[in-house]
Amino acid sequence: MNHFRKPKLTPNKLVSMKEAIADAVKPGCNLYLEGFTHLISFAAGHEIIRQQIKDLTAIRLTPDLVYDQLIEAGLVKKLVFSWAGNPGVGSLHALRRVSQKDSAKKIEMEEYSHFGMVARLLAGSSGLPFWPLKNYEGTHIAEVNPKIKSIDCPYTGEKFATVPALNPDVAIVHVQRADKEGNAQVWGLMGTQKEAAFAAERVIVVAEEIVDTSIIRRDPNRTLIPGILVDHVVHEPWGCHPSYAQGYYDRDNQFYVDWEDISRDPASYKNYLDAFVFGVKDRHEYIQKMGTDLMSRLKAKPRKCEGVDYGY
Amino acid sequence: MATDTANTGAKPLKPSERMAVRASQELKDRQVVFVGIGLPNLACNLARATHAPQLFMIYESGTIGTLPARLPVSIGDPTLVTDSLAIVSQADIFQGYLQGGLIEVGFLGGAQVDKYGNINTTVIGDYDNPKIRLPGSGGACEIATHSQQVLIMMRMSPKSFVAKCDFVTSPGSRMDSTKASPQLGRTRTEMKLPGGGPTKAITDLGVLEMIDGEFTLTEIYEGVTVEQVKQNCGWELKVASSLKTIPNPSTETLDILRNKIDPENLYL
Repeated sequence: MNHFRKPKLTPNKLVSMKEAIADAVKPGCNLYLEGFTHLISFAAGHEIIRQQIKDLTAIRLTPDLVYDQLIEAGLVKKLVFSWAGNPGVGSLHALRRVSQKDSAKKIEMEEYSHFGMVARLLAGSSGLPFWPLKNYEGTHIAEVNPKIKSIDCPYTGEKFATVPALNPDVAIVHVQRADKEGNAQVWGLMGTQKEAAFAAERVIVVAEEIVDTSIIRRDPNRTLIPGILVDHVVHEPWGCHPSYAQGYYDRDNQFYVDWEDISRDPASYKNYLDAFVFGVKDRHEYIQKMGTDLMSRLKAKPRKCEGVDYGY
Repeated sequence: MATDTANTGAKPLKPSERMAVRASQELKDRQVVFVGIGLPNLACNLARATHAPQLFMIYESGTIGTLPARLPVSIGDPTLVTDSLAIVSQADIFQGYLQGGLIEVGFLGGAQVDKYGNINTTVIGDYDNPKIRLPGSGGACEIATHSQQVLIMMRMSPKSFVAKCDFVTSPGSRMDSTKASPQLGRTRTEMKLPGGGPTKAITDLGVLEMIDGEFTLTEIYEGVTVEQVKQNCGWELKVASSLKTIPNPSTETLDILRNKIDPENLYL
């Protein structure tokens, strides 16, 4: 497999969310909308719903509320995942409605464990066709997923499970700050953001703050994704709500609890999407609609670190 | 269900409180623990607040040497990040910490468990046409595979402690027989699984211990009868000849659990 990649050198990649999604997310594509509890771009998910981009293969370790919303909106053909739920609360109800015995229509599902999904990205991000892991013996996971295979170690003869490389068509990664070229810095939980960006054909970086390149250069160890991988940069403050951005705003745990009742009933689910997704034109309007107490309730209290000395 | 009043005033002792306290006693100071949300998190933080102040807590989201200042309600709560020793990627958590063999104690629960400690968190019913679609493995399969020891925390009922799991997400002491191969399946040693597997199931009625590869009832809480435990188990449960009674937690321990660890009563 030839894995040469063209560096993306445009100095200013700043566009609106609407433009970024319209350009990079195509009907039928493999979408990786990243986030592990932290830094989930609900703003990007909602824009995909507004643009009605259909037949998506939606991929992530932890499809949560925003993936469930894509499913409820009828945009997902297939889900590739390792844990699908509302963390700490319960089930994803749109997913349940398309994955159980009594479901009127079903979506395709391809299932791994977290380690299996991570291993797929590790292969995809490093130009290898597969990745080995010491896993799945004694379980039924490999039995129901023919893509999980095995290999004999050429050194010890031991048998390992293998998973195929994952190379999404597009990865969307929310970060705390980036410059206009897409050099992106992240702190707090890092999920699979780096691996997803390296594995994907196209990358959208969504940032809480756009900063000058000199700010990035002052602290290069914090740069998780280099701009040469990035196609579009979107400035979207509060773009993760109800997920969170460390140092900016807290997770809206109450929303996740309330979501159980909103999503259980298809009618109230539809009302929610009509009001907070279709009923707003962008993220700015969404935040306004959430009400004035949102920011005061969730805004992070400062907790600065010491900083380091890069001198020599 | 036991609802004895402990010596802490009028509040009756809840099954969840007994589970958290009993599980915390399994943890030793300085042990490296892979903590799950809910009761395992209460048990670990109770241990840290009592007999194991240096308990080394790792959460699946990638926080190492974690010191949560509030009760985390998701595995990725920001409080897990603040004041940790290190934050690592998902690749590092699963490869370096779990597969690398650093985890001494892992915690698991699920919708179904069998006598071998195999756990189902994937589907109830047939996989392709399930009655209930559950969340799936998450990191559970690799926690069960790689932790040096696994503690299971689950409430007992004939629906959850089953003769046969509908699906095995996380490996126990051995595979069960199947329709295709009616012989008992391979053991962990035969499958070369690196971790030690489940050692105990801390339940709301008592403790089951893995003895010769099968769960055996070894402890019951005060006020619980063996008959009660057996009625809530879907297989013919073995009972140890020397059955221990678990004393009620002390006033002090309960006070810490109720007022400091889970003051809003989210998981108790």
